[in-house]
Amino acid sequence: MAKVVAVTGNEAVANALRQANPDVCAAYPITPQTDIMQRFSGFVADGLVNTELILVESEHSAMSACVGASAGGGRVITATSSQGLALMWEILFIAAGDRLPIVMPLVNRALSAPLNIHGDHSDGMGARDSGWIQLWSENAQEAYDNTLQAFRIAEHMDIRLPVMVCLDGFIISHSIERIEYLEDDAVKNFIGEFKQLNPLLDVEHPVSYGPLILPDLYMEYKRAQHEVMTKVSKVVLDVAADFEKISGRRYGLFEPYRLDDADIALVILNSAAGTAKDAVDQFRDRGIRAGLVKPRLFRPFPYQEIADALKSAKAICVMDRADSFGGFGPMYMEIASAMMMNGKKPILINKIYGLGGRDFLPEHAELVLSELADVAKSGKARTFKEYIGVRE
Amino acid sequence: MATTLSLKELSKKEDLFTHGHRMCSGCGAPIVVKQLLLASDYPIIASNATGCLEVSSCISEYTAWKIPWIHNAFENAAATISGVETMCRSLKKQGKIDKEIKFVAFGGDGGTYDIGFQSLSGAMERGHEMLYICYDNGAYMNTGIQRSSATPLGADTTTSPAGSVIKGKTQPRKNMTRIMAAHGIPYVAQASPAHWRDAVTKFRKALEIKGPKFINVLAPCNRGWRSSTDDAILLCRAAVDTCYWPLYEVEDGVTRINSIPKEKKPVEEFLKPQGRFKHLFAPGNEWLLKLFQEEVDREWERLKKEAQEAVSDKS
Repeated sequence: MAKVVAVTGNEAVANALRQANPDVCAAYPITPQTDIMQRFSGFVADGLVNTELILVESEHSAMSACVGASAGGGRVITATSSQGLALMWEILFIAAGDRLPIVMPLVNRALSAPLNIHGDHSDGMGARDSGWIQLWSENAQEAYDNTLQAFRIAEHMDIRLPVMVCLDGFIISHSIERIEYLEDDAVKNFIGEFKQLNPLLDVEHPVSYGPLILPDLYMEYKRAQHEVMTKVSKVVLDVAADFEKISGRRYGLFEPYRLDDADIALVILNSAAGTAKDAVDQFRDRGIRAGLVKPRLFRPFPYQEIADALKSAKAICVMDRADSFGGFGPMYMEIASAMMMNGKKPILINKIYGLGGRDFLPEHAELVLSELADVAKSGKARTFKEYIGVRE
Repeated sequence: MATTLSLKELSKKEDLFTHGHRMCSGCGAPIVVKQLLLASDYPIIASNATGCLEVSSCISEYTAWKIPWIHNAFENAAATISGVETMCRSLKKQGKIDKEIKFVAFGGDGGTYDIGFQSLSGAMERGHEMLYICYDNGAYMNTGIQRSSATPLGADTTTSPAGSVIKGKTQPRKNMTRIMAAHGIPYVAQASPAHWRDAVTKFRKALEIKGPKFINVLAPCNRGWRSSTDDAILLCRAAVDTCYWPLYEVEDGVTRINSIPKEKKPVEEFLKPQGRFKHLFAPGNEWLLKLFQEEVDREWERLKKEAQEAVSDKS
């Protein structure tokens, strides 16, 4: 039986980590993630998990210790935000390149400078090319559910890759919401026992991790990493199907919202998608065929599936809570690529919103939808990239 | 029972760091690795910082390591092995492993004194069951002989070249062994591959002691030191005889010098065979040589005093 609770996003994620009962957790504090590792340390102190903690002196060492522990042969977690992820950056690629199934909640936060502790997606987007699987979460429930599913995906014998579970700093991490917890036994059965693959700790069968590979073979290794990524979508869907059986909650690669006959559509990640869905409903009530895509699996990105979902849209606005200065927002670039798959050319505009925790309000979504309705009618974009909710 | 400490008995043991590695001929580092692996009668799992030893010992599908081995990055050999060790502890606690395994990290001086210092210091403070071995060749040799904080005063490297105005490295080396002793860990030592019995004894002792341990081992690099390929052992001996590299250990805070030379030789005997110090012997640079000798003397006197204090504390 599920248990209904009122908890913050961080509390929900910490509970998911407790239920997954990892063997090792390396932790280092950073706002707004700290709360997860604090709570998890409490579970360790109370003997609720088998986990051994490594309370490292930096995030660089947190990810380095995770690599060692995971190669050792067991379930490994850490969590971070912002500068912490940036400091881990070098080792993120090594965790993925060594095919180590580490699970890491990322409580999304802006990057310096200027220093800012609030939510945006610059940190996660910066890790886009690291070889990690990324799952993004709209609310505390999704953060909890994604964290549980992340273990199954990471540890799948066809995958063996690290997974990052993203949730918005403060907006989700520190807000109390109603969510449903699964029973410990149900989670235990769902995730299953950790299966070792080439563990360092098997001294009878010594293995070497982290070789030097020169131009004669390096590219073959990188292609193998690409190939395993092509298998991830199916595993994500299979795991989601199993998860639905125990939770009644359905997950896909992304969430399509009122898209079937949509003329105009928003593409938007995480917490702001909730606000934007309300605006879509209002426009539908006024007879405007509006819809929305909320990506969940950002790496690997489901280009074809999203292109198909957006097939009826004449004008699309991709909302980015991160920027690539001198370029378009990172999500815009993905959707532009996806649109090439079916050879359709809707008008695609980009709005940058919510940086450094700036509020994304219903009127922002309404303004964007109104503009999209005009663009769809006129067939012309006023501008392709624009900051919204910003002082001039 | 541990293998008897004789070359005859040790040589019967299986070589766990095998032929086929691509270290330069005459390099000191593989000797250090072999001495460590021969010293142990326990299974060992090792991590390795990026550097000469790492790039030359595991290439493509070939590995010279017959023990479980992991290379992660340059600055994190200590954090990496701390992760492996912690996983072992977790699985033992859960009854999934019952073997007595020893954990060792290898790093060069760049990966230890410089870029890996934070990771090493953190791992030592956390009290992991691990032995960190620094093979100190006194510069970034793998990237082509750039100065590190282990590079001795006056040494000519590619980033501290002996020029017409600046005569090589202007600072003395960092005393890493002493810094590690200041961490208050149970065992810190300095060793030299030329004194094999002393080195192997220290490795063995370290592996038996609970908690984090650090051993700094001199490892000549004939490319960077610009010495002959058959000089590594002779140079190590000269380093000890001149008291440039004293053999000592700090066990539970007590300093003990393991070998006091009968006659302390002038540091020239260590410096002269090395091309990196050639300019110290050029006319007009006597002051630099003098400065070098003074630094060696000062450190040696300090060490002797520390060891004497330890003896008088006991009596």
